[in-house]
Amino acid sequence: MRVANFTKAVAITSAMIWAAGCSTTSTTTDGGSAGSANGGQSGSGASSYGASSGGVSAGQVVTREDLNQLQTVFYFDFDKAVVRQQGFADLEAHARYLAQNPGAAVRLEGHADERGTREYNMALGERRAKAVERLLMVNGAASGQVESVSFGEEKPAMIGHDAASWAKNRRVELKYLSK
Amino acid sequence: MVKLIQLWTFMLATLFTVPVHAELVVEVTQGVESPTRIAIVPFANESALALSEDVAQVVEQDLGRSGFFEPMSRDNMLGFPSRQQDVFFRDWRISRMDYVVIGRVQATGSGELSVTYELFDVLRETSLLTENVSVTPEGLRDAAHFISDRIFEELTGLKGAFSTQIVYVTAEQMGADRQRFRLMLADWDGARAQTILESPQPILSPAWSMDGSKLAYVSFETGKPSIYVQHLATGQRERIQSFPGLNGAPAWSPDGQRLALVLSRDGNPEIYLLNLQTRELQRVTRHYGIDTEPSWSPDGQSLIFTSDRGGQPQIYRLNLATRNLERLTFEGNYNARGRLTQDGRFLTMVHRSQGGGNGFDIAVQDLKTDRVDILTRSGLAESPSIAPNGSVVIYATQEGTRGVLAAVSLDGRVQFRMPASTGDVREPAWSPYLR
Repeated sequence: MRVANFTKAVAITSAMIWAAGCSTTSTTTDGGSAGSANGGQSGSGASSYGASSGGVSAGQVVTREDLNQLQTVFYFDFDKAVVRQQGFADLEAHARYLAQNPGAAVRLEGHADERGTREYNMALGERRAKAVERLLMVNGAASGQVESVSFGEEKPAMIGHDAASWAKNRRVELKYLSK
Repeated sequence: MVKLIQLWTFMLATLFTVPVHAELVVEVTQGVESPTRIAIVPFANESALALSEDVAQVVEQDLGRSGFFEPMSRDNMLGFPSRQQDVFFRDWRISRMDYVVIGRVQATGSGELSVTYELFDVLRETSLLTENVSVTPEGLRDAAHFISDRIFEELTGLKGAFSTQIVYVTAEQMGADRQRFRLMLADWDGARAQTILESPQPILSPAWSMDGSKLAYVSFETGKPSIYVQHLATGQRERIQSFPGLNGAPAWSPDGQRLALVLSRDGNPEIYLLNLQTRELQRVTRHYGIDTEPSWSPDGQSLIFTSDRGGQPQIYRLNLATRNLERLTFEGNYNARGRLTQDGRFLTMVHRSQGGGNGFDIAVQDLKTDRVDILTRSGLAESPSIAPNGSVVIYATQEGTRGVLAAVSLDGRVQFRMPASTGDVREPAWSPYLR
């Protein structure tokens, strides 16, 4: 039962990734060829960052310096745990860094806004962290490198009680425990 | 009573050094339409001791804060009788009082105090209640709450809950990235507040055992959520559950043998029963949706819980023996954290109406008729907890930018707010009867 659910989840996530890949075909094909060559990394680092979301092109080696350019906070809609497409490229890069550096590890902290009940929000925060975790795993991170913790609505990023604050609080923060 | 007093003395002795923070104050914001008029005459002190509490004043506050009574101001009293022969009913009739309470405090010789009180019906000129309560000098407040319970029950027919306690969580911002969380224990009216746990990490979901001796709660003190059980008398505590993932929403079974709780160790949040003696875990829900916030029916035969298996959070009831699952809530697009009254008839919950925008309120559903009444208009209400007499729900809400506690009677007639002196207050849990 559990395995079946997980498989389904992975299938859905993979489909999402695939869809994301399609929508950015031009960059990924470029990256793909660079990936097969796999030699010329960094050096020309600046040019390899897509202007849009600041991601690192697929297939390329992700350096420790590259990590500084990557998005580490990912936002969600109310009562939803679907990673927005804008985050895919950077999450993929994080995943690749983890795959290339088996000693590296990240902690995913899931959060919710203050609306609704605290324990439900605790579950929602975890669901969000797990959604990010699955994206990292299908892109090459090993399970031992990723841990998810939910703080529910207990640790808001913004203290306000308005739509703008709530939007900033529905998030997953990716933190490197070791690089 | 004696047992309670001993317990209190012990707690006071062991915990008195803990600084008191965020003491709550109860304010009635809406009472019943025509509250009963009652005069609580200051009790005569015949003990030759300086008393630590003004018993009559505590009784007056209790009854006033219930919303059912309008106590008379002392300034307007024509006399302060403390014995029946000094009570002139005509005077109290002129003051338009329905009832009068008199009393006196005497020393018993064995170091205890004896509090005698008498309740009179002014119109009939009869005595309704005469009683004598013995307490230690530190137990005067307990005696006062006890007297309030008796008077309340005599005059309203409802069991009083003035001798009960509440726990709640406070959060203070200590700087840009630092917070201080405290788990607090206080009388129902916020008095005698004590810190029973302090942590830089979140504390939530405190739950009373049915005998009132223990609390279960979730603490993030290790950086991750774990469930702890703490003995109130000794402060001794134990971490009882810390699986990877969620460890949350503990709820004691009515017999105190088991805890219902939420774990996500199998991939997503599911409800489990933990046998506290054998430490055996039994999984009771199986669904890829979120299942959380379990709460027991008073007979211990079923659990109610929140699940988003239907697409939105709604409340379900699971019969533990037959495994029969039933959805209880259909009105509104968000119903969560259900709690049943002791008679099992009423369900209180956090509710958002269909098209209700961002408003989260406390609602009560009559499970016999399925009628739903929304009790608050606060917009950000959560954590409803029912008083053991089943007449009042305490909950957390937002006032300006601060979290405060508030309460409302199940019929919506009486409303209170319980502002604290400092910090954000949340997660109230009302104790069961404590004796």
